[in-house]
Amino acid sequence: MATDVDGRRRDLGWIRTAGWYTLLTALSVVILFPVWMTIVRALSNPVTWSFERGQPPYPVDVEWNVFSRAFNEANFDRQFVISAVATTIIVGAQLFTSVLAAYAFAFVDFRFKKLLFAVCMATLMLPIEVTLVANSRTIRELEWTNSIQGLTAPFLASALGIFLLRQGFLGIPRDLRDAAALDGFGHLRFLWRVAIPVTRPVIAAFTVLAFLGAWNSYLWPRAITDDAEWNTVQIGLRAATNANPDSLNVGVAAALIAALPVLLILAFFQRHIVRGLTAGAVKG
Amino acid sequence: MIARLRRSLAGYGLLAPALLIFVAFSFYPLWRIIWLGLHQQNRAGTAQRWVGPSQYVDVLTGDDFREGLWITTQFVLLTVPLGVVLGILLAVAANRRLKGIKVFQVIFSSTIASSSAVTAVIFFVLLQPSVGYLSDPWIFDLLDPDRAIYAVALTGVWQNLGLTFIITLAGLQAVPEELLEASRLDGFGSVRTFFRVSLPMITPTLLFLSVALTVFGLQAFAQIDVLTDGGPARSTEVLVYKIFNATEPRRLGEGSVMSVGLFVVTALVAAAQFRILERRVHYGD
Repeated sequence: MATDVDGRRRDLGWIRTAGWYTLLTALSVVILFPVWMTIVRALSNPVTWSFERGQPPYPVDVEWNVFSRAFNEANFDRQFVISAVATTIIVGAQLFTSVLAAYAFAFVDFRFKKLLFAVCMATLMLPIEVTLVANSRTIRELEWTNSIQGLTAPFLASALGIFLLRQGFLGIPRDLRDAAALDGFGHLRFLWRVAIPVTRPVIAAFTVLAFLGAWNSYLWPRAITDDAEWNTVQIGLRAATNANPDSLNVGVAAALIAALPVLLILAFFQRHIVRGLTAGAVKG
Repeated sequence: MIARLRRSLAGYGLLAPALLIFVAFSFYPLWRIIWLGLHQQNRAGTAQRWVGPSQYVDVLTGDDFREGLWITTQFVLLTVPLGVVLGILLAVAANRRLKGIKVFQVIFSSTIASSSAVTAVIFFVLLQPSVGYLSDPWIFDLLDPDRAIYAVALTGVWQNLGLTFIITLAGLQAVPEELLEASRLDGFGSVRTFFRVSLPMITPTLLFLSVALTVFGLQAFAQIDVLTDGGPARSTEVLVYKIFNATEPRRLGEGSVMSVGLFVVTALVAAAQFRILERRVHYGD
C-alpha cells in the first residue's frame, strides 16, 4: 500500500473502515446483550447465579437439561402443539380467503367491486383490540372459549393479505392473461396454473407475515381462554415471570424456545420478510 | 346481461369466505360495541337495560378512560420518536459495502423474531429488582409507579428495532445512486449528503414507519400483562389493558364505550396509514 501514490488516502480509508466496524460491533453488542443475559439466566443454576458475586454476565454452574425441563414441566409441550395447530389453521385460512378475494378484485368484473374492496380494507381499522369486548362475548355465546375454533375464528381472513395479493395479481402481464384466455383457461385453472405460481414471492411474503402475527398473538388467546390447558406458548410465558426465583431458569428457557420457530422461519425466508414488511413502505 | 350476472356471481362467490369472516368478526362487533355502549348489564350478563348516550359521556370523560388514554399516549411518545431515530442510526450504519455487513444486518433485524411476551421475559431478566442489570439506580424500575412505564416502553423500543431497521434500510437502499453521486460531485461530504439527499428521500418511509409504530403503541398489551399486570398502583394500565379488564359481563357497557374510544383513535391513525400506503404503491405503477 505504501508504494501507492494515493497511499495516504488509502490509509485513512482503512481507519475509517475500522471505525465503522467498531460502531457496528458496539451496536450489535447493545442489541444482543438482553438476549445474551437471557441465555445466561436460562443455562445457569438460578441459586448459584444469584449468589455469585456481581451476578456474572456469563453462565455459571451450567444446566443443559433446562430446555428439556422447560418442555416437560408446566405443560409447555401441550402449549406448543396448541400454538402450532392454531397458527397453521390461521395461516392456511388467511391464504385461502385472501387468494380468492384478491383474485376476484384483480380479474373478475362485478357490481359494487370498488365498494366491496373498500369494505375489506376498512377492517384494517377494526383490529382485535377494538373488537375484543364484542368478539369475546360472541365466543362465549357460541361456547367456544377454551377451544381451537375460539382461538382461530376471528383471524381466518386478512385485509392485508387481500391487499398484497391483489397488488401481486395486478402485476401479472396482460399477455399472460390473454394467452391463458386463448388456451381456454377458466378462472380456477388460470388462478391455479398462472396467477399463483407467478406471484409466489408475494404469497411467500404474506405467509411469513401471517405466521408472525398468528404465532405471536397474545391479547385474543388471553381473553378467550381461562383454562391453563388451553394456554398458547405466548400465554404460558406469563407464568414464567411469576415463578419462584429458584425455578426462573425454566421459564426463561421456555421464552427462548418460544422464539425458535420464528427465528427458523425468518432464517429461511429472510428475503421474503423484508419484501413483505416493506411492501408499500418503500417505492419500487 | 346474463353473462354479466354470471360474472358478478363468480365475483361474489370468490369474496364470500373473506366477507363472511369480516362481517362476523369485524363489522358485527363494531355495531355491537356501539350498541352495548348504550346499555348496562346485570352481574351475570343475562339482562341489560338501556342507559342511552349518557354512558358514553360518563365513560369517555371519566377518570379511567382518560387515565388509560394518557398512559397509552406516554407509551407511544416514549417508543415512536426514539424508535424512528434508532432505526435511522442502525440503517445508516449498516448501509455500506463492507465485508461481513450481512452479519450485522441480520443482528440488527433479529429483534423482529421476539414476540411481545418473549420480549417481556427477556427484559424481566434484566429488570428484576433483586438481580437485574438495568434496575435501580437506573431510570428503569418496575416497582416504582413513576418509572414503571419507562421500563415497559424500553421493551417496546427494543422489540421494534428489527422492524424499524429493516424498513429504514430498504428505504435508504432505494435512494438512487446517481443522486448520491451528484451530491458528492457537488463537493458535499457524507453527512451533508445524508441530510440533503437521503433523509428527504426516505421521509415518506419514515412517515409510514411512524404511523405503524404508533398503531403498535396504541395496541400495547402483552408486555404490560407479563411484566406489571398494569401496576404498580395502576401506573401502566394502558387503554387496551383497561378494555381487557372490562370484558366481564358487569362492565361490558363501560368496556364497549372504551372500545369505541379506542376505535376512533385507531381509525384516525389507520386512515392516515392507508392513505400513505396507497400513495406509495400507486407511485410505482
